[in-house]
Amino acid sequence: MSYTIEGETGAWELVIGLEVHAQVVSNAKLFSGAATEFGAEPNSQVSFIDAGFPGMLPVINRECVAQAVRTGLGLNAQVNLWSRFDRKNYFYADLPQGYQISQFAHPIIGTGQIDIELQDGSTKTIGITRLHLEQDAGKSLHDQHPTKSFIDLNRSGVALMEIVSEPDMRSPEEAGAYLTKLRQILRYLGTCDGNMEEGSMRADVNVSVRKAGEGYRTRCEVKNVNSIRFVMQAVEAEARRQIEVWESGGTVEQETRLFDTGRGITRSMRSKEDAHDYRYFPDPDLPPLVFEQSWVDALKAALPELPDQRRARYVADYGVTPYDAHVLTLEKETAAYYEAVAKGRDAKQAANWVMGDLFAAINRTKTSIAEPPVSAADLGALLDLMADNTLSGKLAKEVFEVMVETGRAPGLIVEERGLRQVTDTGAIEAVIDGVLAANADKVAEYKSGKDKLFGFFVGQTMKAMQGKGNPALVNDVLKKKLA
Amino acid sequence: MHPTDFTIAGAVAALEEGIISAEELTRAHVAAIEALNPKVNALITVTAEQAVEAAKASDARRARGEAGPLEGIPLAIKDLFCTEGVQTTAGSKILEGFIPPYESTVTTQLKRDGAVFLGKANLDEFAMGSSNLTSAYGGVLNPWSRRNDPEARLVPGGSSGGSAAAVAARMVLGATGTDTGGSIRQPAAFCGIAGIKPTYGRCSRFGIVAYASSLDQAGPFARTVEDCAILLRSMAGFDPKDSTSADRPVPDFAAACGRSVKGLRIGVPREYHIDGMPAEIEKLWRQGLDWLREAGAEIVDISLPHAGYALPTYYIVAPAEASSNLARYDGVRFGLRAAEKDSDLRDLYERTRAAGFGPEVRRRIMIGTYVLSAGYYDAYYLKAQKVRALIARDFREAWSKVDAILAPATPSAAFAEGEGSDDPVQMYLNDVFTVTANLAGLPGLSVPAGLDPQGLPLGLQVLGRPFDEETVFAVGAAIERAADFKALPGMRAGA
Repeated sequence: MSYTIEGETGAWELVIGLEVHAQVVSNAKLFSGAATEFGAEPNSQVSFIDAGFPGMLPVINRECVAQAVRTGLGLNAQVNLWSRFDRKNYFYADLPQGYQISQFAHPIIGTGQIDIELQDGSTKTIGITRLHLEQDAGKSLHDQHPTKSFIDLNRSGVALMEIVSEPDMRSPEEAGAYLTKLRQILRYLGTCDGNMEEGSMRADVNVSVRKAGEGYRTRCEVKNVNSIRFVMQAVEAEARRQIEVWESGGTVEQETRLFDTGRGITRSMRSKEDAHDYRYFPDPDLPPLVFEQSWVDALKAALPELPDQRRARYVADYGVTPYDAHVLTLEKETAAYYEAVAKGRDAKQAANWVMGDLFAAINRTKTSIAEPPVSAADLGALLDLMADNTLSGKLAKEVFEVMVETGRAPGLIVEERGLRQVTDTGAIEAVIDGVLAANADKVAEYKSGKDKLFGFFVGQTMKAMQGKGNPALVNDVLKKKLA
Repeated sequence: MHPTDFTIAGAVAALEEGIISAEELTRAHVAAIEALNPKVNALITVTAEQAVEAAKASDARRARGEAGPLEGIPLAIKDLFCTEGVQTTAGSKILEGFIPPYESTVTTQLKRDGAVFLGKANLDEFAMGSSNLTSAYGGVLNPWSRRNDPEARLVPGGSSGGSAAAVAARMVLGATGTDTGGSIRQPAAFCGIAGIKPTYGRCSRFGIVAYASSLDQAGPFARTVEDCAILLRSMAGFDPKDSTSADRPVPDFAAACGRSVKGLRIGVPREYHIDGMPAEIEKLWRQGLDWLREAGAEIVDISLPHAGYALPTYYIVAPAEASSNLARYDGVRFGLRAAEKDSDLRDLYERTRAAGFGPEVRRRIMIGTYVLSAGYYDAYYLKAQKVRALIARDFREAWSKVDAILAPATPSAAFAEGEGSDDPVQMYLNDVFTVTANLAGLPGLSVPAGLDPQGLPLGLQVLGRPFDEETVFAVGAAIERAADFKALPGMRAGA
């Protein structure tokens, strides 16, 4: 059953397309040598080119082009060996040149597609229309002075990839899953850090609604949404607004809107009539961007493993479920962590520990997989202590908690606290003999058929051994003694 | 001989031989500037003190045996080239007081080779004009005058009018210019000196205030073809900071000036015989062809079928690019800001640009904005680009038949202020013979070749294949030798 929103006149379908602006990971800006580090002092990473000084000229940064090509390959897209930069002309205080250098008519990357994973376990293919390179504008700060606006040009000229999807999404969930998957691919490729809080990834969300079987109705664009959750909320809020407009006999006008995250509604930013005439034309300072297929092939050969490939490998090589493989590969840091733990060990057990105890510990300690409370090496060592019977599963959980608290290695904790499980059959027999002797009445009841009492004997034995008895051996000896 | 009468080649030799020092040479030119510039107004900014210091440093380098090819040569720099620490105005009020913290590549190279800069030359505002009258810093007086009307204030041409006048009046030995539609070749012709616009990409545009990026090209002015060749060698060369600069070796252009033109095929485009062309221009053109024939060249009639569309094409492409290039003059980061206390951003833009740009710049920004607008783009800008491609193709076909082309540089001699200079269309017609080279990216040299009946200089123009400035110099030098142009402007140093 596909997603619809129920209005007064019946069910409405959603049609969603996303334009994602992803900041390219590079040391220098798209057309100047200035640095790109986030959070630097305002206006400390600005060349005269970025500030639009007279006589300054742009020179393309080769690495930014390579990053766009890698991304195109990661999106299964056509790489255009000939592309061109255009100027998008408009005035704004944080746009020093009075135009943005972008690729309007001839983008570097053409059509492609990615598969998204949905909650019900199904996948869906979303078309990519294009990817083009462009420079970012600076930042206007309106809250620093009662009557003045301040301009920070650090971001001016930073390379962005604008990735445009086909209008293939039909629900907030699909929009969220698309953005999640896109972010995952970019982060695997290392072409964008995907940090939406710092603004290195932002989405413009195009939404329209329609009745089943209809063509497209007018769409509205919700600009600059900066989290996956907000994208999903913006889609629904905008769809509901449009449904209300249509159902009250109105007409949805094409316009640009903003998502008010506080109130959960979209509001008008500018109408089609107010839309800029950007007067795009080829930038005469830049010859067409031309490169060889052999260069693309070399970049392709050096591409890292992508999420889909990695997920398939986990299922095939590690024997984990497709769902677990999905979870483990969502963040490349998680995947790296998992592989470090799983390598040469019980991969399914490793998956359970990572997704269970480790994730819980990360949530509890408000840390991240990039800076985990327990290192992959330590978690691996803990699994080894279970494999060689030094620790029972129960003891291992105890040790893990101490590891989270103290950051110490599991071997040390076992030694210090004497948590090593008892595997000496003689010692276990002696304890069991004592337990059975002290509970002769229960032994008689057990022997007369009350099988459930077996658990009682196990509990008493473990209690007597402070939990350190090897559970399998305790079971074996008890069975023999009670036979 | 007065030091201001040297050619560059002659001055280089005299400096080498110790006949004169760089300081003496510079001081002589500083004196000439002090005497003449108040009348000629060729320089917006005079850097006399820095020049004398630079000349002393030049003499010291020479004494250490480290003389560069232009060691101690006094030059003027068109005020469109950014010069570190020296005001750069582009002839506009909007950049008044702008002191660049960087140096253009061309001027960096000239300094590297030992040149001494005496000041920043006047020009049409943002290089938009053919009379130098659009400058916010006043017009420039052409050092030449009419025989029968000596009081008429003649224009030096434009946009590099200050550069051409300064060289003609012997205030400097040479100067830099830029040529977007004829801005070197037309003023050179009006002032009776030589000037070359090299192939697009030959000189870096880095640090030159942009007018129309796909057409702008720097080049030199001097009083001889050889001097232009000497200057161009220092100015030219690949620059990684300009994506449109050409990565190819810079030949010894001066050596090419001595080459014979024997056996060269010289094209005469029939489309350049335009209606209403003055008889003296026709006559001079024929004369030029005769000189080349006598020197052993073969004259070939050719056709450039789309040449007639060059002027309207230019006046779409150039304003389109200019409308975008000049958007950065917004009062936010540098230059003029004309805001009221309660101005919002839009008001700041409008006031700054209204106060900072003159009428011709405003006109071209509006034309350019119009031709790029939605609904008009295809009919104007795109169509113009197509015609531009056809014009370039015409030339490519011509190069299979000829090695160079000879044409007039301008449709008239220098005109006086007020003679049509208030009619934009009349003004635009000045560029009719020059814009084609810009649209096709070709090298074009203007050589003084004769006088009109009023005693005003007239120039001939040599066009060549892309990056074949050597043939252009050879042909230009042959005309120079045959013309034996000895006339001098009335207003000049040492006169």
